[in-house]
Amino acid sequence: MAYSIPSDDHEHAIDTSGPLEYSTEENKLKILGFWVFLGAEFVLFSCLFATYIVLHGNTAGGPTSQQLYDVNGFMTETMLLLVSSFTSGLAIHAMRNNQKNQMIVWWIITMGLGAGFVGMEISEFVHYVSIGATISRSAFLSGFFTLVGTHGAHVTLGFFWMLSILIQIIRKGITPITARKAFVVSLYWHFLDVVWIFIFTVVYLTGKVV
Amino acid sequence: MARNRKILRRFSWVVMASLLLTGCSTQIPVLQPQGPVAQQEFGLIEWSFFLMLIVAIVVFILFGVFIYRYRNTPNNKAPYEPDMEGSRKLEFIWTLIPVVIVLLIAVPTVRTTYALQAPPSTAKTDPLVINVTSAAWKWVFQYPKSGLETVNYLVIPANEPVQFNLTSVGPMNTFWIPSLGGMEFNMPNVTLGLWLQADHPGIYLGRSANFSGVGFEHMSFTVKALSIPQFNTWVSAVKKTAPALSSAENNQILYTHGLSPKLTFSSYPSTTATGTAGMSGM
Amino acid sequence: MLPRYFYNFSTFMSMFPHNYLIYGADVSIVGATALIIFVLTYFKKWKWLWDNWITTVDHKRIGIMYILAAFAMFFRGGTDGLLMRTQLALPNLHFLSAQHYDEIFTTHGTIMILFMAMPMLIGLINVAVPLQIGARDVAFPYLNAISFWTFFFGAMLFNISFVFGGSPDAGWTSYAPLSELQFDPGPGENYYLLGLQLAGIGTIATGVNFLVTILKMRAPGMTLMKMPQFTWATLITSIIIIFAFPVLTVALALLTIDRLAGAHFFTIAAGGMPMMWVNLFWIWGHPEVYIVILPAFGILSDVISTFSGKKIFGYTAMVVSLAAIAALSFTVWVHHFFTMGAGAAVNSFFGVSTMLIAIPTGVKIFNWLFTMYRGRIRFTTPMLWALAFIPTFVVGGMTGVMLAVAPADYQYHNSYFLVSHFHYVLIGGTVFGAFAGIYYWWPKMFGHKLNERLGRWHVGTFVLFFNMTFFPMYIVGLMGMTRRMYTYPSGLGWTALNLIETIGAFGQGASMMIMAVNIVRSIKFGERDVTGDIWDGRTLEWSTTSPAAEYNFSVLPQVTSVDEWWEEKKRGVVRPDHATFKPIHMPNNSGWPFLIGLSFFIAGFGLVFNWWLSAIVGALGIITFLFLRSFDYNTDHYIPVDEVKRVEAAAGR
Repeated sequence: MAYSIPSDDHEHAIDTSGPLEYSTEENKLKILGFWVFLGAEFVLFSCLFATYIVLHGNTAGGPTSQQLYDVNGFMTETMLLLVSSFTSGLAIHAMRNNQKNQMIVWWIITMGLGAGFVGMEISEFVHYVSIGATISRSAFLSGFFTLVGTHGAHVTLGFFWMLSILIQIIRKGITPITARKAFVVSLYWHFLDVVWIFIFTVVYLTGKVV
Repeated sequence: MARNRKILRRFSWVVMASLLLTGCSTQIPVLQPQGPVAQQEFGLIEWSFFLMLIVAIVVFILFGVFIYRYRNTPNNKAPYEPDMEGSRKLEFIWTLIPVVIVLLIAVPTVRTTYALQAPPSTAKTDPLVINVTSAAWKWVFQYPKSGLETVNYLVIPANEPVQFNLTSVGPMNTFWIPSLGGMEFNMPNVTLGLWLQADHPGIYLGRSANFSGVGFEHMSFTVKALSIPQFNTWVSAVKKTAPALSSAENNQILYTHGLSPKLTFSSYPSTTATGTAGMSGM
Repeated sequence: MLPRYFYNFSTFMSMFPHNYLIYGADVSIVGATALIIFVLTYFKKWKWLWDNWITTVDHKRIGIMYILAAFAMFFRGGTDGLLMRTQLALPNLHFLSAQHYDEIFTTHGTIMILFMAMPMLIGLINVAVPLQIGARDVAFPYLNAISFWTFFFGAMLFNISFVFGGSPDAGWTSYAPLSELQFDPGPGENYYLLGLQLAGIGTIATGVNFLVTILKMRAPGMTLMKMPQFTWATLITSIIIIFAFPVLTVALALLTIDRLAGAHFFTIAAGGMPMMWVNLFWIWGHPEVYIVILPAFGILSDVISTFSGKKIFGYTAMVVSLAAIAALSFTVWVHHFFTMGAGAAVNSFFGVSTMLIAIPTGVKIFNWLFTMYRGRIRFTTPMLWALAFIPTFVVGGMTGVMLAVAPADYQYHNSYFLVSHFHYVLIGGTVFGAFAGIYYWWPKMFGHKLNERLGRWHVGTFVLFFNMTFFPMYIVGLMGMTRRMYTYPSGLGWTALNLIETIGAFGQGASMMIMAVNIVRSIKFGERDVTGDIWDGRTLEWSTTSPAAEYNFSVLPQVTSVDEWWEEKKRGVVRPDHATFKPIHMPNNSGWPFLIGLSFFIAGFGLVFNWWLSAIVGALGIITFLFLRSFDYNTDHYIPVDEVKRVEAAAGR
């Protein structure tokens, strides 16, 4: 008597009232799960920021942040990542309108901007190392390379993740499953953009002044 | 109130002593304070133990009564109320009582925490300062006023607050003389302060309580408390008879991993890391 | 810059240990491995192992594997404990060298917390929570398998340290700068960092998984305030994991970067701050102790309620106190280092915040007591563990409040008083709770009960010898004995107490043998659970078969109250009609999680020895397998109605 008969297949039933990526129960679960994971990522980056801030002054006679950071460089990096976040939004918009080709174009542009960002960051790091500002020079530089490098590694991972989703979109088209996967990557991408905003202000802008 | 407190203390001491069925041995330095710092800490230990004991006794009694009374035997006549959901009133009571107990412990805790941080009221304006450096694996004690240094043993005047400045040139250790008072960390790049005082001349045992590597077990030292005239005699004797500490030997002691016998020096190089590292890094 | 410590192959070979104890252990490991391989091959069980266990995504099987691994680790960590106690039985013994002793207390602590207590509880969570909420699996079954295999390979990486290159020796807290290259060259500390890092990844995934599972997968009608207490405890624990574990990830990563890339986070030189490690470690470490106690609290609530034949007393207060403990757990970490000179204001704050935890904990103790009040207590083995818990935990808790008194802590810090305190709460709380859960859910996992008579002997002897081991430690701590001393001088009055402790420790070991015998014996002789409800249970896991079918429930339950199954039994249960069955949607088994775990292991092992090739191979493996999974669209299947009917009929339903 206590048993009702719920739809046993509610996980895969397609609900067309909302956006495509939210159309199945499984998709809703996975997107929620990803948000929770981003919560954990938020804690992770908070710790790295705290470490960097604490060690910022401990330059041990090595280069300081004021001497090191290049305004043009980090402004360009910021623009690249900000614009890529916007274009990934456009890609998701196209996806929701079921415009596969448009989505693919925006997706590739996003990846290109991301690659540009990573390339600039690598050249920045290479430059620092070439002038002797290595990770083992001082606690400040350990903190800098680890915080910014962790973000950069995330962006790199995001790039390859996007590549995998791009191939799947091309091969399978826009389906509830590919839509969910694309949406999750875009969440990740936006999250990295938010983290970068903090790096931009806390590390670069503040570091240039203080 | 003070009288009650005294009775409580005596009672808890009796309970504690009877709990510690130690038989032949009675060396429990934490419970046998030999100086005002250890004494204050012991007071808090007693007080918190006594309050906790009340809670434990209440729980144990209820526990015993309930499991006996409500055991599942066929002819058990005790009431059975399977659908009882709880009781706001009871739950309020056992929320409130712990709050009161926590307050009773928290107030003296905070008061003593502040009291032990400040220099004791009996401290001289120019107290005896001893710089304590832990190295792997030895204790280095420097007396800046007289300029002498000892390794692995400490000599202090009795009946006078002594200010210790603690630092480390290697792994972290803690500087602990349980008879005189609680410990404090020796950390690299940081200097921490600790006041201690021995009420009577005597010999006490000191030890590191923070693991610092393979020689950790040997990070112990003796503390000799002398009357003030005897202490002064000891200082001038050391100044006269002990060798000076060379820079090379100083580095050897501080930076070579290993054990060391008790050493005494009439002076030490002025440019050592000890005591001058200050608060850099904090 | 290359790290100072760099191995080539010849130094690697020369690192094989020469100590006869370690050598004996190595031989036994090789022997046991060979035996397992032989048995699996002889009985042609490799395919069975792969199909049913290694590739499984079934939460119940994953839970069982967690528990199995945790038991293995319990015996490993327990052996470490016995070696330590043997060494300390009498003063000035040289049974172990200082170095060997240092390695053993490090592995004992690390294994018992991270590779025993946590997986034991996560195992029970896996087994019970989806069943308690009336779900067919967790939210992310595939991720659950990844959690297990990263934990498993993390534990293996940590454990092979004493075969290859030497174990970590800086304590489970691994305080810098002692744990830095300058003072601790060699691979031991790297094993610690990478083994824990691997296991930590799995734990974060578990936290995410169970949070979403409990929030989204509950049976229709089960509102949050109708969930069983164990499910509540798991929900709260998952939240703590999500906020605490990334801090450990960062702390471990920073120390790894220090050791492998020559950075200066926690070094003495170049502006590093050793104390930052201590802060990061305990910002994770204190919530961690609540991660291992709250699920035990949840088990005890369910067990005490079941065997008192009564609703839990003060359901709402029990939930609120769990949440309060979780919130407070993030505000007390400095009490682990009152003696680091943070100042009077900081010490006062953290002292008082620590004492505040006693309030919700006290509420729980009294609510448990009053759950028994006017109940009918059945003294089954799970209930005996729960009953043993209450006084033991009270002793541990009251010494916890004493330790929170900051100035008094100056005298307790790092002494055996502290050692005794945390064994009273971790064994008296976590282990007793976990054992209660093991005996309680054993029929649900395996379809038969453990023997009650042997169970009673297990409880009785363990509680006796536990107190014999750890109570004297309070006194010996006040006598000035500090933790981690590999030996001690005579004449300080410590000898008799240490000897008593050692005898008690061996008694505990013998007591665990009773449990081992019980487990083996029960396979053949254990009372079979034919109804699925062998304890006259209250919550939904007892409404299905024992062991539960792959899909848990043939028809999902409709919940109307707390203790749903109890209420249903009161109303008279009607089993679902076979005509109402529908095909059931389930995830496919997958080998990727095992391979991903293995790749992590290869990468981790490479990093331990600075073998960058191995590290790169492992990393590429991880990325490749993640990619392959992403392209794998064949991830689930339907169990047809006929199959469900067949399984249910076979279970007599």
